[in-house]
Amino acid sequence: MSKVKAAIYWCSSCGGCDESIVDLGERILAIREAVDFVFWPCAMDPKYSDVEAMADGEIVVSLINGSIRTSEQEYMAKLLRRKSQLVVAFGSCACFGGIPALANLTSKKGIFDRSYLTTPTTVNPEGIVPLEHSKTAEGYSMELPSFYETVYKLDDVIEVDYFLPGCSPNGDMVANAMGAILAGKLPPKGSMLLPDIALCQSCDRNSTKPESLTITEFKRLIHVQADPTQCFLNQGILCMGPATRDGCGFPCVKGNMPCTGCMGPVGSKDQGARMLSALGGIMEGETEEQIAKALDGIPDPAGTFYRYSMSSSFMGSHRKENKP
Amino acid sequence: MAEFEPNIVAFVCNWCSYGGADSAGGQKLAYPANIRLVRVMCSGRVDPEHVVAAFREGADGVMVMGCHPGNCHYRNGNHKALRRFRLFERMFLQLGIDKDRFQLEWVAAGEGKKFQDVTTAMTERVRALGPLVISGFVPEEVSHV
Repeated sequence: MSKVKAAIYWCSSCGGCDESIVDLGERILAIREAVDFVFWPCAMDPKYSDVEAMADGEIVVSLINGSIRTSEQEYMAKLLRRKSQLVVAFGSCACFGGIPALANLTSKKGIFDRSYLTTPTTVNPEGIVPLEHSKTAEGYSMELPSFYETVYKLDDVIEVDYFLPGCSPNGDMVANAMGAILAGKLPPKGSMLLPDIALCQSCDRNSTKPESLTITEFKRLIHVQADPTQCFLNQGILCMGPATRDGCGFPCVKGNMPCTGCMGPVGSKDQGARMLSALGGIMEGETEEQIAKALDGIPDPAGTFYRYSMSSSFMGSHRKENKP
Repeated sequence: MAEFEPNIVAFVCNWCSYGGADSAGGQKLAYPANIRLVRVMCSGRVDPEHVVAAFREGADGVMVMGCHPGNCHYRNGNHKALRRFRLFERMFLQLGIDKDRFQLEWVAAGEGKKFQDVTTAMTERVRALGPLVISGFVPEEVSHV
Protein backbone atom coordinates (compact mmCIF):
# COMPACT_ATOMS: atom_id res chain seq x y z
CA MET A 1 0.00 0.00 0.00
CA SER A 2 1.38 3.36 -0.89
CA LYS A 3 1.82 5.80 1.93
CA VAL A 4 -0.50 8.71 2.56
CA LYS A 5 1.14 12.05 1.83
CA ALA A 6 0.86 14.50 4.68
CA ALA A 7 2.11 18.02 5.33
CA ILE A 8 2.54 19.98 8.54
CA TYR A 9 2.92 23.73 8.44
CA TRP A 10 3.24 26.46 11.06
CA CYS A 11 1.88 29.92 10.70
CA SER A 12 1.85 32.36 13.61
CA SER A 13 2.60 29.86 16.36
CA CYS A 14 5.16 28.94 18.98
CA GLY A 15 6.14 25.53 17.64
CA GLY A 16 4.34 23.73 20.46
CA CYS A 17 1.95 22.10 18.02
CA ASP A 18 4.83 20.57 16.07
CA GLU A 19 6.24 19.50 19.39
CA SER A 20 2.98 17.75 20.27
CA ILE A 21 3.40 15.54 17.19
CA VAL A 22 6.93 14.67 18.26
CA ASP A 23 5.50 13.99 21.73
CA LEU A 24 3.56 11.06 20.31
CA GLY A 25 6.68 9.12 21.20
CA GLU A 26 6.60 5.57 19.91
CA ARG A 27 3.16 6.06 18.45
CA ILE A 28 4.71 8.21 15.74
CA LEU A 29 6.33 5.05 14.38
CA ALA A 30 2.90 3.59 13.57
CA ILE A 31 1.90 6.83 11.89
CA ARG A 32 5.21 6.87 10.05
CA GLU A 33 4.34 3.41 8.64
CA ALA A 34 1.24 4.80 7.02
CA VAL A 35 2.24 8.38 6.34
CA ASP A 36 4.87 10.04 4.21
CA PHE A 37 5.56 13.56 5.48
CA VAL A 38 6.25 15.52 2.32
CA PHE A 39 6.46 18.94 3.93
CA TRP A 40 7.20 19.78 7.57
CA PRO A 41 9.40 22.86 8.00
CA CYS A 42 9.91 22.29 11.72
CA ALA A 43 11.39 18.82 11.25
CA MET A 44 12.69 18.75 7.67
CA ASP A 45 14.29 21.16 5.24
CA PRO A 46 11.71 21.48 2.49
CA LYS A 47 11.29 24.48 0.21
CA TYR A 48 8.09 26.31 -0.70
CA SER A 49 8.93 25.46 -4.32
CA ASP A 50 8.61 21.74 -3.45
CA VAL A 51 4.97 22.33 -2.54
CA GLU A 52 4.40 24.64 -5.52
CA ALA A 53 5.64 21.83 -7.81
CA MET A 54 3.08 19.32 -6.46
CA ALA A 55 -0.14 18.53 -8.28
CA ASP A 56 -3.36 19.97 -6.84
CA GLY A 57 -4.81 17.59 -4.25
CA GLU A 58 -1.63 15.52 -4.14
CA ILE A 59 -1.28 15.88 -0.38
CA VAL A 60 -3.95 13.84 1.42
CA VAL A 61 -3.93 15.81 4.63
CA SER A 62 -2.31 19.06 5.77
CA LEU A 63 -2.15 19.88 9.45
CA ILE A 64 -1.80 23.64 9.72
CA ASN A 65 -1.07 25.22 13.08
CA GLY A 66 -0.83 28.87 14.04
CA SER A 67 -2.95 31.90 13.27
CA ILE A 68 -2.64 34.08 10.17
CA ARG A 69 -1.06 37.49 10.63
CA THR A 70 1.33 37.92 7.69
CA SER A 71 0.99 37.72 3.92
CA GLU A 72 3.48 34.84 3.83
CA GLN A 73 1.33 32.76 6.17
CA GLU A 74 -1.74 33.50 4.12
CA TYR A 75 0.05 32.51 0.92
CA MET A 76 1.21 29.20 2.39
CA ALA A 77 -2.23 28.43 3.84
CA LYS A 78 -3.80 29.00 0.44
CA LEU A 79 -1.11 27.01 -1.34
CA LEU A 80 -1.52 24.04 1.00
CA ARG A 81 -5.29 24.26 0.66
CA ARG A 82 -4.96 23.89 -3.11
CA LYS A 83 -2.52 21.01 -2.86
CA SER A 84 -4.40 19.11 -0.13
CA GLN A 85 -7.53 16.99 -0.02
CA LEU A 86 -8.06 17.65 3.68
CA VAL A 87 -6.95 20.56 5.81
CA VAL A 88 -7.02 20.30 9.60
CA ALA A 89 -6.77 23.45 11.70
CA PHE A 90 -4.35 22.09 14.26
CA GLY A 91 -4.20 23.71 17.67
CA SER A 92 -5.95 26.68 19.24
CA CYS A 93 -4.24 29.37 17.15
CA ALA A 94 -5.42 27.88 13.87
CA CYS A 95 -8.88 27.17 15.32
CA PHE A 96 -9.59 30.41 17.21
CA GLY A 97 -6.59 32.74 16.94
CA GLY A 98 -4.90 31.55 20.12
CA ILE A 99 -2.41 33.55 22.11
CA PRO A 100 -1.16 35.60 19.08
CA ALA A 101 -4.72 36.90 18.59
CA LEU A 102 -4.49 38.76 21.91
CA ALA A 103 -2.74 41.26 19.64
CA ASN A 104 -6.23 42.13 18.39
CA LEU A 105 -6.52 44.17 21.59
CA THR A 106 -3.96 46.55 20.16
CA SER A 107 -2.91 47.64 16.68
CA LYS A 108 -0.08 47.01 14.27
CA LYS A 109 1.32 50.41 15.13
CA GLY A 110 1.04 49.70 18.85
CA ILE A 111 2.93 46.44 18.43
CA PHE A 112 5.66 47.95 16.27
CA ASP A 113 6.12 50.94 18.56
CA ARG A 114 6.35 48.74 21.61
CA SER A 115 8.60 46.08 20.11
CA TYR A 116 11.04 48.29 18.24
CA LEU A 117 10.96 51.62 20.04
CA THR A 118 9.66 51.79 23.59
CA THR A 119 10.58 48.65 25.52
CA PRO A 120 13.04 49.59 28.32
CA THR A 121 15.72 47.36 26.81
CA THR A 122 15.48 48.79 23.30
CA VAL A 123 18.16 51.16 22.06
CA ASN A 124 17.02 52.41 18.69
CA PRO A 125 17.80 56.15 18.43
CA GLU A 126 17.30 56.17 14.67
CA GLY A 127 13.84 54.64 15.09
CA ILE A 128 14.45 51.78 12.67
CA VAL A 129 11.42 49.54 12.20
CA PRO A 130 10.98 46.66 9.73
CA LEU A 131 9.70 47.72 6.34
CA GLU A 132 8.02 45.60 3.70
CA HIS A 133 10.19 47.08 0.99
CA SER A 134 13.65 48.47 1.58
CA LYS A 135 16.96 48.97 -0.19
CA THR A 136 20.32 48.16 1.33
CA ALA A 137 23.28 50.54 1.05
CA GLU A 138 24.61 48.26 -1.70
CA GLY A 139 21.41 48.77 -3.66
CA TYR A 140 19.76 45.41 -3.05
CA SER A 141 15.98 45.33 -2.77
CA MET A 142 14.74 43.63 0.36
CA GLU A 143 11.20 42.32 0.79
CA LEU A 144 9.46 41.19 3.96
CA PRO A 145 5.96 39.72 4.24
CA SER A 146 3.35 42.31 5.16
CA PHE A 147 2.13 42.30 8.74
CA TYR A 148 -1.66 42.46 9.12
CA GLU A 149 -3.57 44.75 11.42
CA THR A 150 -5.71 41.86 12.63
CA VAL A 151 -4.78 38.29 13.59
CA TYR A 152 -7.04 35.79 11.78
CA LYS A 153 -7.93 32.22 12.47
CA LEU A 154 -7.23 29.74 9.69
CA ASP A 155 -10.80 29.44 8.41
CA ASP A 156 -10.94 33.21 7.88
CA VAL A 157 -8.57 32.76 4.92
CA ILE A 158 -9.15 29.20 3.65
CA GLU A 159 -11.77 26.47 3.88
CA VAL A 160 -10.95 24.13 6.75
CA ASP A 161 -12.22 20.54 6.86
CA TYR A 162 -11.61 19.68 10.50
CA PHE A 163 -10.61 21.40 13.70
CA LEU A 164 -8.42 20.03 16.46
CA PRO A 165 -8.01 22.64 19.19
CA GLY A 166 -5.70 22.58 22.19
CA CYS A 167 -2.62 24.51 23.25
CA SER A 168 -1.14 22.26 22.17
CA PRO A 169 -3.34 19.26 21.29
CA ASN A 170 -2.08 16.44 23.48
CA GLY A 171 -0.70 13.13 22.23
CA ASP A 172 -3.94 11.19 22.66
CA MET A 173 -5.93 13.79 20.78
CA VAL A 174 -3.41 13.82 17.93
CA ALA A 175 -3.22 10.01 17.78
CA ASN A 176 -7.02 9.68 17.78
CA ALA A 177 -7.44 12.33 15.12
CA MET A 178 -4.69 10.87 12.90
CA GLY A 179 -6.20 7.40 13.40
CA ALA A 180 -9.62 8.65 12.33
CA ILE A 181 -8.16 10.39 9.27
CA LEU A 182 -6.11 7.35 8.19
CA ALA A 183 -9.07 4.99 8.74
CA GLY A 184 -11.37 7.36 6.86
CA LYS A 185 -13.76 7.36 9.82
CA LEU A 186 -14.43 11.05 9.78
CA PRO A 187 -17.37 13.09 11.08
CA PRO A 188 -19.14 15.61 8.80
CA LYS A 189 -16.91 18.24 7.27
CA GLY A 190 -16.34 21.29 9.43
CA SER A 191 -16.50 19.29 12.68
CA MET A 192 -14.32 19.59 15.71
CA LEU A 193 -12.62 16.24 16.20
CA LEU A 194 -13.75 16.37 19.84
CA PRO A 195 -16.89 16.10 21.98
CA ASP A 196 -19.23 19.08 22.29
CA ILE A 197 -19.51 19.18 26.08
CA ALA A 198 -18.00 21.47 28.71
CA LEU A 199 -14.83 20.50 30.53
CA CYS A 200 -16.60 20.55 33.91
CA GLN A 201 -18.64 17.55 32.84
CA SER A 202 -15.67 15.21 32.92
CA CYS A 203 -13.50 17.08 35.45
CA ASP A 204 -12.33 15.05 38.45
CA ARG A 205 -13.21 17.87 40.80
CA ASN A 206 -16.80 18.23 39.59
CA SER A 207 -18.01 16.17 42.56
CA THR A 208 -16.57 18.77 44.97
CA LYS A 209 -18.63 21.54 43.40
CA PRO A 210 -21.47 22.41 45.80
CA GLU A 211 -25.09 22.47 44.68
CA SER A 212 -24.98 26.23 44.44
CA LEU A 213 -21.64 27.91 43.97
CA THR A 214 -21.17 31.33 45.48
CA ILE A 215 -18.09 33.38 44.70
CA THR A 216 -17.67 36.50 46.82
CA GLU A 217 -14.23 37.44 45.57
CA PHE A 218 -11.88 36.29 42.85
CA LYS A 219 -8.50 35.15 44.01
CA ARG A 220 -5.44 34.94 41.83
CA LEU A 221 -3.09 32.00 41.91
CA ILE A 222 -0.16 34.25 42.78
CA HIS A 223 -1.89 35.12 46.05
CA VAL A 224 -3.27 31.80 47.26
CA GLN A 225 -2.32 28.17 47.52
CA ALA A 226 -4.96 26.21 45.63
CA ASP A 227 -6.49 23.21 47.37
CA PRO A 228 -5.64 20.26 45.06
CA THR A 229 -8.92 18.49 45.76
CA GLN A 230 -11.53 21.26 45.49
CA CYS A 231 -13.32 22.74 42.48
CA PHE A 232 -11.38 25.90 41.59
CA LEU A 233 -14.49 28.03 41.26
CA ASN A 234 -15.54 26.91 44.72
CA GLN A 235 -12.22 28.33 45.96
CA GLY A 236 -12.87 31.61 44.17
CA ILE A 237 -10.18 30.91 41.58
CA LEU A 238 -11.24 31.66 38.03
CA CYS A 239 -11.44 28.43 36.03
CA MET A 240 -12.66 28.45 32.42
CA GLY A 241 -14.12 24.93 32.67
CA PRO A 242 -17.79 25.96 32.29
CA ALA A 243 -17.16 27.66 28.93
CA THR A 244 -14.46 25.39 27.52
CA ARG A 245 -14.70 22.29 25.36
CA ASP A 246 -13.92 18.93 26.88
CA GLY A 247 -11.54 16.39 25.38
CA CYS A 248 -8.12 17.38 26.70
CA GLY A 249 -8.21 15.09 29.74
CA PHE A 250 -7.77 18.20 31.98
CA PRO A 251 -4.00 17.91 32.50
CA CYS A 252 -3.92 21.45 33.94
CA VAL A 253 -6.45 20.63 36.66
CA LYS A 254 -4.50 17.47 37.46
CA GLY A 255 -1.46 19.70 37.90
CA ASN A 256 -3.48 21.93 40.26
CA MET A 257 -3.84 24.75 37.76
CA PRO A 258 -7.27 26.04 36.71
CA CYS A 259 -8.42 25.70 33.11
CA THR A 260 -7.46 28.74 31.01
CA GLY A 261 -9.71 27.77 28.13
CA CYS A 262 -7.32 26.59 25.41
CA MET A 263 -9.80 24.12 23.95
CA GLY A 264 -11.99 27.01 22.92
CA PRO A 265 -15.70 27.69 23.22
CA VAL A 266 -18.25 24.94 23.67
CA GLY A 267 -21.65 25.06 22.03
CA SER A 268 -21.16 28.61 20.83
CA LYS A 269 -18.65 30.82 19.12
CA ASP A 270 -18.11 33.25 21.92
CA GLN A 271 -16.21 31.76 24.82
CA GLY A 272 -15.95 35.02 26.76
CA ALA A 273 -19.65 35.83 26.64
CA ARG A 274 -20.43 32.29 27.72
CA MET A 275 -18.07 32.49 30.66
CA LEU A 276 -19.59 35.81 31.76
CA SER A 277 -22.96 34.20 31.65
CA ALA A 278 -21.76 31.39 33.90
CA LEU A 279 -20.04 33.76 36.31
CA GLY A 280 -23.07 36.05 36.62
CA GLY A 281 -25.01 33.10 37.97
CA ILE A 282 -22.46 31.93 40.53
CA MET A 283 -21.13 35.23 41.87
CA GLU A 284 -22.36 36.82 45.06
CA GLY A 285 -23.12 40.49 45.34
CA GLU A 286 -26.27 42.49 44.81
CA THR A 287 -25.11 46.07 45.04
CA GLU A 288 -22.90 48.01 42.65
CA GLU A 289 -20.18 48.29 45.32
CA GLN A 290 -20.09 44.58 46.14
CA ILE A 291 -20.00 43.67 42.47
CA ALA A 292 -17.30 46.23 41.60
CA LYS A 293 -15.15 44.97 44.47
CA ALA A 294 -15.48 41.35 43.36
CA LEU A 295 -14.77 42.22 39.72
CA ASP A 296 -11.58 44.02 40.67
CA GLY A 297 -10.20 40.52 41.20
CA ILE A 298 -10.27 40.05 37.41
CA PRO A 299 -7.81 42.69 36.20
CA ASP A 300 -7.81 41.69 32.53
CA PRO A 301 -11.25 40.31 31.63
CA ALA A 302 -10.88 40.32 27.82
CA GLY A 303 -7.46 38.66 28.00
CA THR A 304 -8.76 36.14 30.50
CA PHE A 305 -12.04 35.15 28.87
CA TYR A 306 -10.81 35.30 25.27
CA ARG A 307 -7.26 34.16 25.97
CA TYR A 308 -7.32 31.66 23.12
CA SER A 309 -10.43 32.61 21.18
CA MET A 310 -10.11 36.28 20.31
CA SER A 311 -10.27 35.66 16.55
CA SER A 312 -13.45 33.61 16.83
CA SER A 313 -15.26 36.26 18.84
CA PHE A 314 -17.11 38.93 16.89
CA MET A 315 -15.79 41.65 19.16
CA GLY A 316 -12.19 40.49 19.11
CA SER A 317 -11.84 40.14 15.37
CA HIS A 318 -13.98 42.82 13.89
CA ARG A 319 -11.25 44.83 12.20
CA LYS A 320 -11.40 43.23 8.80
CA GLU A 321 -10.05 46.26 6.93
CA ASN A 322 -7.21 44.36 5.35
CA LYS A 323 -8.99 41.05 5.26
CA PRO A 324 -7.51 39.15 2.34
CA MET B 1 -26.56 63.26 3.88
CA ALA B 2 -29.49 62.27 6.07
CA GLU B 3 -28.85 62.14 9.79
CA PHE B 4 -27.62 58.78 11.03
CA GLU B 5 -30.42 56.67 12.50
CA PRO B 6 -29.02 54.10 14.93
CA ASN B 7 -30.43 50.60 15.37
CA ILE B 8 -30.90 49.86 19.04
CA VAL B 9 -31.97 46.48 20.35
CA ALA B 10 -33.60 46.53 23.77
CA PHE B 11 -34.12 43.32 25.70
CA VAL B 12 -37.03 43.92 28.07
CA CYS B 13 -38.27 41.63 30.80
CA ASN B 14 -41.80 40.38 30.59
CA TRP B 15 -42.85 41.44 34.09
CA CYS B 16 -41.60 45.00 34.47
CA SER B 17 -39.88 46.66 31.54
CA TYR B 18 -42.17 45.35 28.82
CA GLY B 19 -44.97 46.62 31.00
CA GLY B 20 -43.09 49.92 31.15
CA ALA B 21 -43.07 50.10 27.36
CA ASP B 22 -46.74 49.21 27.33
CA SER B 23 -47.57 51.89 29.81
CA ALA B 24 -45.60 54.43 27.74
CA GLY B 25 -47.84 53.42 24.84
CA GLY B 26 -50.97 53.65 26.98
CA GLN B 27 -50.05 57.17 28.07
CA LYS B 28 -49.18 58.13 24.48
CA LEU B 29 -45.59 58.85 25.46
CA ALA B 30 -43.73 58.41 22.17
CA TYR B 31 -40.34 56.75 22.26
CA PRO B 32 -37.87 56.60 19.34
CA ALA B 33 -38.61 54.16 16.52
CA ASN B 34 -34.90 53.24 16.62
CA ILE B 35 -35.59 51.01 19.62
CA ARG B 36 -36.36 47.39 18.70
CA LEU B 37 -37.88 45.55 21.64
CA VAL B 38 -37.16 41.90 22.33
CA ARG B 39 -39.36 40.59 25.11
CA VAL B 40 -37.72 37.98 27.35
CA MET B 41 -39.01 36.43 30.55
CA CYS B 42 -36.30 37.97 32.74
CA SER B 43 -33.27 40.21 32.40
CA GLY B 44 -31.39 37.29 34.01
CA ARG B 45 -32.19 35.31 30.86
CA VAL B 46 -30.28 37.73 28.65
CA ASP B 47 -26.99 36.08 27.93
CA PRO B 48 -24.01 38.26 27.00
CA GLU B 49 -24.01 36.13 23.83
CA HIS B 50 -27.37 37.67 22.89
CA VAL B 51 -25.84 41.12 23.19
CA VAL B 52 -22.88 40.09 21.05
CA ALA B 53 -25.32 38.59 18.53
CA ALA B 54 -27.26 41.87 18.39
CA PHE B 55 -24.07 43.83 17.69
CA ARG B 56 -23.01 41.27 15.10
CA GLU B 57 -26.35 41.53 13.31
CA GLY B 58 -26.06 45.28 13.00
CA ALA B 59 -27.16 46.90 16.24
CA ASP B 60 -25.35 50.15 17.04
CA GLY B 61 -26.46 50.00 20.66
CA VAL B 62 -28.00 47.45 22.99
CA MET B 63 -30.12 47.92 26.10
CA VAL B 64 -31.11 45.40 28.72
CA MET B 65 -34.01 46.40 30.93
CA GLY B 66 -35.35 44.60 33.96
CA CYS B 67 -37.24 45.02 37.21
CA HIS B 68 -35.81 47.24 39.92
CA PRO B 69 -33.50 45.37 42.35
CA GLY B 70 -35.65 43.59 44.89
CA ASN B 71 -38.62 43.43 42.52
CA CYS B 72 -37.52 40.58 40.26
CA HIS B 73 -40.38 38.20 39.48
CA TYR B 74 -37.85 35.38 39.84
CA ARG B 75 -36.28 36.87 42.97
CA ASN B 76 -32.72 37.50 41.74
CA GLY B 77 -32.60 37.39 37.92
CA ASN B 78 -31.86 41.09 37.72
CA HIS B 79 -28.95 40.71 40.14
CA LYS B 80 -27.47 38.11 37.81
CA ALA B 81 -27.92 40.52 34.93
CA LEU B 82 -26.24 43.27 36.92
CA ARG B 83 -23.18 41.10 37.64
CA ARG B 84 -22.93 39.81 34.08
CA PHE B 85 -23.18 43.17 32.42
CA ARG B 86 -20.97 45.08 34.83
CA LEU B 87 -18.27 42.56 33.94
CA PHE B 88 -19.20 42.77 30.27
CA GLU B 89 -18.80 46.56 30.35
CA ARG B 90 -15.28 46.20 31.69
CA MET B 91 -14.40 44.19 28.60
CA PHE B 92 -15.87 46.82 26.29
CA LEU B 93 -13.10 49.18 27.27
CA GLN B 94 -10.47 46.63 26.29
CA LEU B 95 -12.18 45.64 23.07
CA GLY B 96 -12.50 49.23 21.93
CA ILE B 97 -16.28 49.47 22.17
CA ASP B 98 -17.70 52.68 23.61
CA LYS B 99 -19.41 51.90 26.90
CA ASP B 100 -22.30 54.16 25.92
CA ARG B 101 -23.36 51.63 23.30
CA PHE B 102 -24.62 49.37 26.03
CA GLN B 103 -26.98 50.18 28.84
CA LEU B 104 -28.58 48.27 31.67
CA GLU B 105 -31.69 49.99 33.11
CA TRP B 106 -34.34 49.15 35.67
CA VAL B 107 -37.82 50.12 34.47
CA ALA B 108 -40.95 49.11 36.39
CA ALA B 109 -44.27 48.33 34.72
CA GLY B 110 -45.74 51.65 35.76
CA GLU B 111 -42.76 53.74 34.65
CA GLY B 112 -43.89 54.69 31.17
CA LYS B 113 -42.23 58.07 31.50
CA LYS B 114 -38.93 56.54 32.58
CA PHE B 115 -39.10 54.12 29.65
CA GLN B 116 -39.53 57.06 27.31
CA ASP B 117 -36.69 58.98 28.96
CA VAL B 118 -34.08 56.20 28.97
CA THR B 119 -34.80 55.05 25.41
CA THR B 120 -34.71 58.63 24.12
CA ALA B 121 -31.44 59.36 25.93
CA MET B 122 -29.89 56.13 24.67
CA THR B 123 -30.92 56.90 21.09
CA GLU B 124 -29.39 60.36 21.28
CA ARG B 125 -26.14 59.03 22.75
CA VAL B 126 -25.76 56.35 20.11
CA ARG B 127 -26.75 58.74 17.35
CA ALA B 128 -23.92 61.01 18.47
CA LEU B 129 -21.47 58.07 18.49
CA GLY B 130 -22.36 57.05 14.93
CA PRO B 131 -22.45 53.53 13.47
CA LEU B 132 -20.78 50.74 15.42
CA VAL B 133 -17.12 50.41 14.57
CA ILE B 134 -15.08 48.12 16.76
CA SER B 135 -11.60 49.49 16.69
CA GLY B 136 -10.22 46.57 18.66
CA PHE B 137 -7.87 49.12 20.09
CA VAL B 138 -7.18 49.60 23.76
CA PRO B 139 -7.98 53.26 24.36
CA GLU B 140 -6.08 53.40 27.61
CA GLU B 141 -3.67 51.19 29.48
CA VAL B 142 -5.46 48.43 31.32
CA SER B 143 -4.64 48.49 34.99
CA HIS B 144 -2.44 45.68 36.17
CA VAL B 145 -3.15 44.77 39.76
